[in-house]
Amino acid sequence: MTTNSVFGLIRAAVLLAAIASAGTSIGGYTAPMAVAFVWWGQALLGTVNLWGFHDVKERVRTGDIAIDFLRPINPQVAYLASDLGRAGVNMLGRGLPALLVGALLFDLAWPPGWLSWLLGLLSIVLAVVVAFAGNFIVNLLAFWLVEVRGVQLVWMIVAGFFCGLYLPVPWFPDWLRTIAQWSPFPSMLQIPLDLLSGRVMGPEMAPAVAVQVFWAITLLGLGQVVLRAGRRHLEVQGG
Amino acid sequence: MADHLRPYRVLLASRMRAQMQYRTSFVTDILGTVAVGIVELAEVWVIFHNVDVLGGLDFPAALLVFALSNIGFALADMFVGHLDSLPTHIRAGRVDAFYVRPLPLLAQLMTSDISLRRIGRLSVALVALVVALSTAGVAWSGATVALIILTIVSGTAIFAALFTAAGGVQFFLVDGAEFTNAFTYGGSYAAQQSQRIFPDPLRILWTFVIPTAFVAYLPTIAILDLPGDTLAPTWLAWFTPVAALLAWVVAGLCWRAGTRHYQGAGG
Repeated sequence: MTTNSVFGLIRAAVLLAAIASAGTSIGGYTAPMAVAFVWWGQALLGTVNLWGFHDVKERVRTGDIAIDFLRPINPQVAYLASDLGRAGVNMLGRGLPALLVGALLFDLAWPPGWLSWLLGLLSIVLAVVVAFAGNFIVNLLAFWLVEVRGVQLVWMIVAGFFCGLYLPVPWFPDWLRTIAQWSPFPSMLQIPLDLLSGRVMGPEMAPAVAVQVFWAITLLGLGQVVLRAGRRHLEVQGG
Repeated sequence: MADHLRPYRVLLASRMRAQMQYRTSFVTDILGTVAVGIVELAEVWVIFHNVDVLGGLDFPAALLVFALSNIGFALADMFVGHLDSLPTHIRAGRVDAFYVRPLPLLAQLMTSDISLRRIGRLSVALVALVVALSTAGVAWSGATVALIILTIVSGTAIFAALFTAAGGVQFFLVDGAEFTNAFTYGGSYAAQQSQRIFPDPLRILWTFVIPTAFVAYLPTIAILDLPGDTLAPTWLAWFTPVAALLAWVVAGLCWRAGTRHYQGAGG
């Protein structure tokens, strides 16, 4: 919470100084929208699991994943359910207070209408799902690699940069923005931030959410394929 | 003297050997920290893709601030960054084991590890330093060279003091890494910026309370001979060692208070 607030303060100062230096806006972000970008971003930082999780890869490594396979529920669905629960608690306990700090200290642009609120909140849920689905696949690579720490590190760095955690993706130079837009990473943070800050409004909102739905379905589907392949590959010792 | 330092030398050497034992893993770790450094650098570069001047600094000047702060932080992180794991030691009761040994606690903890993988981030910062110094149009003199060296040494000391102060506070908070990270990692993030982007109360905080403005911004003003302002006059850069010294006095007091407070893990 304290750390989130300090980083929020500094990042807001950086973005506001940049916008003031450029004129009135950069990449569609005015000053209050940039403030909204920063503080919603700090609020969602823990909610959306950008840094990844370790329990699935540990269970693969120790062989405990075999127990998950025996359960009458698909392991991916089970872990997704618990991640959604974690995200909800995190949003209430850490996200909202961080947002409150930002709203008290700065002139923050709230979502411009009830539809922005509604789709913004839906977009947060989708962001949690996309981030989970991506991380789940990375965790499952442990079936073949045993230690996936390096892959996780790369994932964390690349995702952190391209999801819009540090700077808004619309600020990127064209070629870098194109790379970002073809990747699932903006669906993990940038899209909800766009909807909640009011940068994306009206008829542009539905396509933005559709992109998230596409990545959620694609990554969850891919996760199922990898899970099935890993299950065939798995050999657990002992008895 | 040499005899006194021998245990530390042996400890550090063993730590370094241990890290390089698994060659592939070591190389991946270094590549990872290089990537972290590059992404942080990209953040500065993307901003200057949109604007020409930020907080009174152009790109080469901002690059110099980035480089100096990152060199200081990477070095401090390499030598004492593992004080971060003090809460884990405290909770697991492992601190007691350090107390039993006939060496000072802080010195033991500092030499208990040396994170060689930070070399990755350090090298990105060094490249940035060379590029910044050669493109920013520095009027070279003995004083400039002295100031750069002084800044790197003092900057490292300031960040190390922050880590140590944060460590001392952990004895009270036990699970307070979340809170102290705001000052160590938050301080490092603040040090990378032109201080002119902050409102005055924050500038005073980053100059006189948590002196991260001394790590990079103030020296940059002096090295490039930029017009300072009331909160950042050019001569203030020469007080960087004083800031480091004061930071260490506070860090020493925090550490002392923390270790005096510590009662053992019980059991």
